[in-house]
Amino acid sequence: MIAFVLQRLAQAVVVMLAVALVAFSLFRYVGDPVINMVGQDTPEEERIRIREQLALDQPVVVQYFRFVQQIVSGNFGTSLRTGIPIGQLMAERLPATLELAIVAGIFALAVGLPMGVYTGLYPRSRLSNAFLTLSLLGVSLPTFLIGIMLILFFSVMLGLLPSFGRGDVVHLGPWSTGLLSASGLQSLIMPAITLGMFQLALIMRLVRAEMLEVLRTDYIKFARARGLTNRAVNFGHALKNTLIPVITIVGLQLGALIAFSIITESVFQWPGMGLLFLQAVQFADIPVMAIYLVLIGFLFVLINLIVDLLYYVVDPRLRVDVRAGRGG
Amino acid sequence: MVAQRLNAILDSDLWWSFTRSKVVVGAAIVTLLLFVAALIAPWISLQDPWDPGALQLINSRNPPVWIEGGTWEFPLGTDNQGRDMYSAILYGLRVSLVVGFLAVIFAMVLGILLGLASGYLGGMTDTVIMRVADVQLTFPAILIALLIGGIVRGVMTPADFEAVAVYVLVLSIGLSQWVQFARTVRGQTLVEKNKEYVQAARVIGLPARLIMLRHVLPNVMGPVLVIATINLAVAILTEATLSFLGVGVPATRPSLGTLIQIGNGFLFSGEWWIVIFPGITMAILVLAVNLLGDWLRDALNPKLR
Amino acid sequence: MTDRPNAPLLEVRSLRVEFETRRGPLVAIDDVSFSIAPGEVLGVVGESGAGKSLTGTAIIGLLEPPGRITAGEILLAGRRIDNLPYEAMRRIRGREVGAIFQDPLTSLNPLYRVSDQLIETIRTHLPMNEKEARARALQLLQEVGIPGAAERLDHYPHQFSGGMRQRVVIALALAAEPKLIIADEPTTALDVSIQAQIITLLKRLCREHGTAVMLITHDMGVIAETADRVAVMYAGRIAEIGPVRKVVQEPHHPYTVGLMGAIPNLGHDVAALTQIEGSMPRLNAIPPGCAFNPRCPKVFDRCRVDRPDPMPVGGSDVACWLYGEGR
Repeated sequence: MIAFVLQRLAQAVVVMLAVALVAFSLFRYVGDPVINMVGQDTPEEERIRIREQLALDQPVVVQYFRFVQQIVSGNFGTSLRTGIPIGQLMAERLPATLELAIVAGIFALAVGLPMGVYTGLYPRSRLSNAFLTLSLLGVSLPTFLIGIMLILFFSVMLGLLPSFGRGDVVHLGPWSTGLLSASGLQSLIMPAITLGMFQLALIMRLVRAEMLEVLRTDYIKFARARGLTNRAVNFGHALKNTLIPVITIVGLQLGALIAFSIITESVFQWPGMGLLFLQAVQFADIPVMAIYLVLIGFLFVLINLIVDLLYYVVDPRLRVDVRAGRGG
Repeated sequence: MVAQRLNAILDSDLWWSFTRSKVVVGAAIVTLLLFVAALIAPWISLQDPWDPGALQLINSRNPPVWIEGGTWEFPLGTDNQGRDMYSAILYGLRVSLVVGFLAVIFAMVLGILLGLASGYLGGMTDTVIMRVADVQLTFPAILIALLIGGIVRGVMTPADFEAVAVYVLVLSIGLSQWVQFARTVRGQTLVEKNKEYVQAARVIGLPARLIMLRHVLPNVMGPVLVIATINLAVAILTEATLSFLGVGVPATRPSLGTLIQIGNGFLFSGEWWIVIFPGITMAILVLAVNLLGDWLRDALNPKLR
Repeated sequence: MTDRPNAPLLEVRSLRVEFETRRGPLVAIDDVSFSIAPGEVLGVVGESGAGKSLTGTAIIGLLEPPGRITAGEILLAGRRIDNLPYEAMRRIRGREVGAIFQDPLTSLNPLYRVSDQLIETIRTHLPMNEKEARARALQLLQEVGIPGAAERLDHYPHQFSGGMRQRVVIALALAAEPKLIIADEPTTALDVSIQAQIITLLKRLCREHGTAVMLITHDMGVIAETADRVAVMYAGRIAEIGPVRKVVQEPHHPYTVGLMGAIPNLGHDVAALTQIEGSMPRLNAIPPGCAFNPRCPKVFDRCRVDRPDPMPVGGSDVACWLYGEGR
């Protein structure tokens, strides 16, 4: 167990260093790194101090490790466009994006999983065909188009739901949440559906494919031959085996949700990290882009790590340390 | 001879599964129609939407023909600059398809080359390429495309950027897609590498690489074709998304995504047609290509037969 | 009905199984009839593709589309079971007819403890609470000869070796005391050294429990050692069926003769057979008349036209015109 965790941790660190390398290259070679660090309106002596701090006269390797050091110690530099420290910007925006992504993920899973199981169990039914058509729409319609359609229908035509922003937010210490006010919840509905739609379709198709695969295995045939009830076979044996690969993908998709939220945030003017990143791309605000990349990379790696550990808990085959008393 | 060929095709499993599904035939016809429409856009459009001289502001925000105030001059209405939506969609389709195709071809060539190198050379080359692929695969394509676009913006002046925007788009979408191709080709290369004929060719001093290439490529054609079809849909979507986000094709030569972005600004003032018609065209195109890709994947997957 | 001595436990009458394909139906099993008495071991041999496994699958009602029974009937203890609704048939599976499949490595669900799978099966069919079922599960594991059964009960399948897993599978098949077990190539996937152990175990358990067995295999040696009677299948039909000693020592059907001739010491696979020229026809190319006629050394005109039905010859039933009228 410990060896397994350590190995995964080491892998995570390597990936993070690679991501940091990309961010560093951006930071160092696109534009002036000193300005990237402290903004344009800094006095000369301060710049010289920063130059030394970043070790710009040292070999690139040293500079890279200085860069990593700065990030690890929480010094993310300053936004070129706004002159605000990036750490502060991100901290303001993170709750909005995380809330949106998690609610969208729960929506996608809560709807996509049952639909996938159903279409896997009854591949020839009419309802399955309807679900499959829906899922094809889900992967074919661009996210922004779904968002626009929702706004057109529910905001412009029916006037039911707000079309932009987070509504009223409640501040709980450093965290701002929209989940505790009526307008906050209303504002969340359409963005969450928009963001979750693609994942919903993806989860459904994945669960369906996996379910069909599992239902063809020998142990399912043997379970049927033992006269187990359909319920026990389908929702016990088959579903449990289906869920193992699904866990991985769903976990990784949570990371994708955070990245995809760029689009949704743009459509609904949702004040999250994605919108921040988008503005950074449009204005070539390199430091913000670099830090966003590192942050997203960190979230991805973290999620990956959790998924791996979860996998280990769920699948007994990975727990090889109890392999006692093998015999012929 | 030709008849024989034709018979072979008509008797094949691929063709059988094709005609069995009306949906797939429909999707193929729709795809073909849209391709042709994009190809002959200059001849079937009513104006040149890329020519600022042809646009007149007096005609701006006209509704479609079947709504009070609409004229046959602009069957699907006009946008805020007096651009005929019907013509703009045809030209936009062109941009979307060109960018999509170029991006996929770029990704395919890059992926095949890297996959071959990775599989054949092995060792360090293999490790490095596959590590990069692993890391890249953890990030969604759209993020990578955005990032590359942002970097190019960072090193170029806005005017220069406008001129090369389309190529940057192709490059960034293509770079976000090469991994799948590379992995497939690498896998097949590893299979072929250990077969006797390659060993034999080595022993007698023949150029094993060339011989292998001749064997690997035909074997990966099926999977590569499937990936390419599905990636075409993804590339079109990515282009539309980037353009919608304002970091894609410039508004002077709008793609479908750009048109939707323009229309998005007029949602609340009642000019829904500016966003709806490009949106529907986009949805139909991607849906049709996706359907074809799905069918191709299922038909070529022996496990499902 | 079962009270009558010698009344068959299982009776298969003129069974026909077809597969719907896009080029028309394929007949995989054609007019197959046989019966198994209570406690009897019937061996079924034939090359792969002869329809042995399919017959077993049809009996337990688990044919998968596009395969289906198109003619004939299957009776268990005098009750027709081939046309039962799914739920009624489910109650029979495991309780009255158990099954063992070829590959013990894939027959057990990797995510369930052995105890889970045993208890689940027991409680599905027998009125027991968790504790009673667990006690029975342990007893079953001991019965199939798993050393340290008490502690191994809660292990996962991957913690057992192939041979041990097949013992677990046998325990699962016996869990609800079925009257018949269909064992489909139960030893093929195992090491040769373990095969004999498993066969001996299966034979002993079935004798002790009075369970009848339909033993599907292509290993004539296993049949000769284990079975009371043997059915030889060829291209979806029964070529010869009779007491095992008769069939082995004086085979009548030219195909059976070839089989026996190819096995000098009864230790070899039918699959490795070289005595008979050619190979079994594919399902879509079965010749008219006797299916064996293109390979038969004793073929004559009638074999190419009329299909022979099994007819009694010296204690066996043989589907061959050599023993027909008008010869």
